[in-house]
Amino acid sequence: MLRHFIYSREGVLSLIVLVMFFGVGAINPDFISLSNSISIFNDTSILIMLALGQMMVILTRCIDLSVAANVAFTGMVVAMVNRYFPDINMAFLILLSLLIGAFLGAINGLFVWLLKVPSIVITLGTMSIYRGSTFLLSDGAWVNSHQMSASFIALPRFEILSMPVLGWMAIAAIIIVFWAMKFSVWGRNFYSAGGNPMAAFYSGVNVGKVQFYAFLVSGTLAGLCGYLWVSRFAVAYVDVANGFELQVVAACVIGGISIVGGVGTVVGCVIGALFIGVVNNALPIIGVSPFWQMAISGLVIIIAVIANASSDKNKARIILRKSDESADSAQVN
Amino acid sequence: MKNNAIFSLKKVSKVFPGVKALDAVDLHLYPGQVTALIGENGAGKSTLVKTMTGIYQPDGGEIIFNGKPVQFHSPHDSHALGITAIHQETVLFDDLTVAENIFLGNYPMTKYFSIDWSTMVTRSQEILSSINAPMNPNQILRELSIGQKHMVGIARALSVDAKVVILDEPTAALSHHEIHELYELVNTLKKQGKAILFITHKFDEIFALADRYTVFRDGRYVGEGFVKDVNEAQLVEMMVARSIDETYPKKDVNIGETLLEVVNLCHTTEFANISFSLKKGEILGIYGLVGSGRTEVMQALFGTSEQVTGTVKMEGKEVTIHSPKEAIDNGIVYVPEERQKQGIVLELPIYQNVSLPQIERLTKNGQVDQEGEMTLARQYCERLQVKASSWNEKVMNLSGGNQQKVVIAKWLATNPKVIILDEPTKGIDIGSKSAVHAFMSELVDSGLSVIMVSSELPEILGMSDRILVMNEGLIVGELSRADATPEKVVSLATGGIVVC
Amino acid sequence: MDTIIKKTATPDVLLTSKLQKLFRWETFLILIVMFVFVMNSYLSPYFLDPWNLSDATFNFTEKALIALPMAMLIIAKEIDISVAAIISLSSTFMGLVAQMGAPIYMVVLVGVFVGAVCGLVNGLLVTRFKIPSIVVTIGTMSLFRGISYILLGDQVVRDYPDGFEFFGQGYVYWVFSFELVLFAFFALVFYWLLHRTTFGRYTYAIGNNPDASYFSGIKVDKHRLILFTLVGAMSGVAAVLLTSRLGSTRPSIAMGWELSIITMVVLGGVSILGGSGTIAGVVLAVILMGLVTFGMGLLNIPGIVMTIIVGVMLITVVSLPVLITMYKCKKAKVL
Repeated sequence: MLRHFIYSREGVLSLIVLVMFFGVGAINPDFISLSNSISIFNDTSILIMLALGQMMVILTRCIDLSVAANVAFTGMVVAMVNRYFPDINMAFLILLSLLIGAFLGAINGLFVWLLKVPSIVITLGTMSIYRGSTFLLSDGAWVNSHQMSASFIALPRFEILSMPVLGWMAIAAIIIVFWAMKFSVWGRNFYSAGGNPMAAFYSGVNVGKVQFYAFLVSGTLAGLCGYLWVSRFAVAYVDVANGFELQVVAACVIGGISIVGGVGTVVGCVIGALFIGVVNNALPIIGVSPFWQMAISGLVIIIAVIANASSDKNKARIILRKSDESADSAQVN
Repeated sequence: MKNNAIFSLKKVSKVFPGVKALDAVDLHLYPGQVTALIGENGAGKSTLVKTMTGIYQPDGGEIIFNGKPVQFHSPHDSHALGITAIHQETVLFDDLTVAENIFLGNYPMTKYFSIDWSTMVTRSQEILSSINAPMNPNQILRELSIGQKHMVGIARALSVDAKVVILDEPTAALSHHEIHELYELVNTLKKQGKAILFITHKFDEIFALADRYTVFRDGRYVGEGFVKDVNEAQLVEMMVARSIDETYPKKDVNIGETLLEVVNLCHTTEFANISFSLKKGEILGIYGLVGSGRTEVMQALFGTSEQVTGTVKMEGKEVTIHSPKEAIDNGIVYVPEERQKQGIVLELPIYQNVSLPQIERLTKNGQVDQEGEMTLARQYCERLQVKASSWNEKVMNLSGGNQQKVVIAKWLATNPKVIILDEPTKGIDIGSKSAVHAFMSELVDSGLSVIMVSSELPEILGMSDRILVMNEGLIVGELSRADATPEKVVSLATGGIVVC
Repeated sequence: MDTIIKKTATPDVLLTSKLQKLFRWETFLILIVMFVFVMNSYLSPYFLDPWNLSDATFNFTEKALIALPMAMLIIAKEIDISVAAIISLSSTFMGLVAQMGAPIYMVVLVGVFVGAVCGLVNGLLVTRFKIPSIVVTIGTMSLFRGISYILLGDQVVRDYPDGFEFFGQGYVYWVFSFELVLFAFFALVFYWLLHRTTFGRYTYAIGNNPDASYFSGIKVDKHRLILFTLVGAMSGVAAVLLTSRLGSTRPSIAMGWELSIITMVVLGGVSILGGSGTIAGVVLAVILMGLVTFGMGLLNIPGIVMTIIVGVMLITVVSLPVLITMYKCKKAKVL
């Protein structure tokens, strides 16, 4: 089993992440200290959660480009609610962020499910609409930290076992999604619907509905991340998370989620996100200007997809018997 | 007797735009009996299977299960009643494991609402060994051969406690040995009291396995009865409504010198040591089961596959063919089996499809000469008697037979020397079929050479001057027109030994 | 028996009814453009001023120049979302050679050349490794803009040679700016290329059925490679105009443009699934978007509201045909 993992895509990728991690650690031992490791994970938490949602969408042969706009919109709503009702219960706010996110995701999902419109067009459109609505809602104004209540800002920072709640939320999301994708029929449907939609339909899977669920989950997670983002950076404005959708897609692609659907694991997705997280955190340590960050993630996406593409190149059917097999059959005869 | 049918279709119809695929058909299946459904291509067999499994909803008639009328809104509904099908095309998932392919849609669950993977693996192992197909349930399906995938499909159908099992041409891709195992399996299922629908057009299978038969023709119900009461000739007459000694329009043509010579063509995974020659004016038939490598060899000859080694000579000169363009330039053209996918551009008009391989020749001052294109299309489409409302009509609005004619017209317009026809009459109606056959004779008469790949035995025997038989990526025999008998050809193709 | 069988020849072209000819996406676009035009002139007295109208063209000509080859690329079933990043990289290189004192023609050549090279890189990645173009260009989008950031950091380049501002700010004749004239020229070139030449015909064939096109002897990969390079080169041209208009280069230049460009193309009636669309439709969509933006500017509606409208338009445009077909099917079933 372990051997299997080491040779798998996820295994190779984790190895690369570990080499990078300890490589930077060799230059600066503080980098691999427990507290810094936790802080890297915490930094990457939002990316991980969004990537998990995106993974489900990509598995079903779709793409959700509206996640970052969803984050901005939901973040703005909860920030404004908090501003005008500072005493509001945090549980209610989190529930609100989940509901708004789910609603925005459901809009994408409904178009894809009921009208069978390509998801890239729909989410390109809703991306503009959600971001524009954020502007309309806020009238372009910022919600700054002094306008937020103390508990609003403190919640994701609250430490349990020296890890902030933000990190624990990511861990919870990973565990739940992992369980769902491996052990629930609902989760397995993402693989069948994306792997071979026709065959999935023959097996009684409603492909459109599965795609709808994927967008719903992606939207819900984006909603939660909306609150987390605004709280973490203690500011809400129209351009929050601008362009972040591409990092999310990048995490999935690096993690081996096939853009043509049906292939990919939760483990790969998380490692893909961690890869980006480690790179972003390592650059300043090894004295590389942060301006390198973007080019590096671009290069990594390209290398990752090339690696994925060449590993499943042999799609031909295998007609000739392998020599060892024919030797076997010869003996039988 | 009719009253205890477990599953019946009464006057079921299914209409597609322009086609009545099923026209008030009847079908009855009985527990513990095998009913063979017989009919030519296009008789409506596949549509029937899809209607029975809830993929299509019928436009009229009744489906009766266990005496009660039922309606299937989705495949799930029919599955829930214990109706399972092994479809003609493998409807499986290449990126999932064998075990999951078997249990998808019907996962074993633990009491904690989660999928029970270990039970799934052990039960897969049991089912696979019960059908004599031992394989690792954790293997990814992509890594299996076609035959193995087919066994997974069968295992899948058996994983549910089925009451009705539908086998849609299950032996098409199986070797001799595997076919016999399948027969045993069908008999086991029969003993278990399952109602079996066996769809085929091979008569030996009907007489070996079936208790009853039902015949369809052109989407209509023709008749049914007990297999013991009929003989082959009677069945054929019901199937095609014409006598059995159908003559193929094969003319005697003077066969000239060797035109094409293929020496030791090899591919890393698909075929090996392919050597043959083709003479001027000859029709060379290539017979083999689905998945025997016939199409792969032809496509290699047409320059579409990589990883190929070997020599190809045209008129004695060695030629290199690495792309369809080079093949066309050397006078080799290919009418593919997957017509709609590889043969034509459905959304483009007829005349643009015909001119597609040679628009560059029809370009003047950088502009496409639409008049020239039209002239070309008119000339060849009229010669092939394509039926269309105008030459500007989109190809998607034509019938299968006329689409095939457009593909052939496209290639004839390039003045080829060798025309490769891969399953030229697959899925086209009987009228167009004989038109295609007649046209083949006309082609060789005008000096062309034809390679015809087919899995229809009468077509191969009726049209070829010489027959090559392929099995598992190798040429396993060559027969002249005089020597070829159905028994010899089938025996070679299924890996048996010819008794001379 | 003297039955005369009259052989009716199949006509080349069936005469379609005038109504059918009218019922096209392009017609619909023309109507909307006219409507918006009338609305705008009614709502604002400043709208009908030729200089104001001319000013309005600056907010779309650069994007429109990329929309033309992008339409061909999307018709061929591919997409390039790295175009804005290509603008950034090519503008960066222009800035760097300008800083070294290169003459105007050199700056322009470098701009177009860098664009073409970027397009070529996209094309090679797509065709050599058989990777879906959306993934490739998501990657190169980060890569190209990332290189700009590496080269420039937070620096802004303003040292362009005198006269360079003509491309983005100059007028050829009266109110006709260089940008507008260039766009009109390229619109004609691409119209000819897509609708009159072999190259255009191949584009449609590949977009509708890449396999059948390959089996018909078309060099599909080579064609794709040329299209990507063309999109890159035109992005380079747009970079020249934009840099000249702004008079400066920074890595964040043209951020988010890819979306408005793709929206222009889809709004113009090009199917995102490939295979259909016309240059005329794209040009009309470009004009429509320009007019709406301009009108809203006159009415003091903030630009970001425009993005909402663009988003709604995009979704409506792709959903409407589906809804119509669904409605038709339902009606057919009832009958």
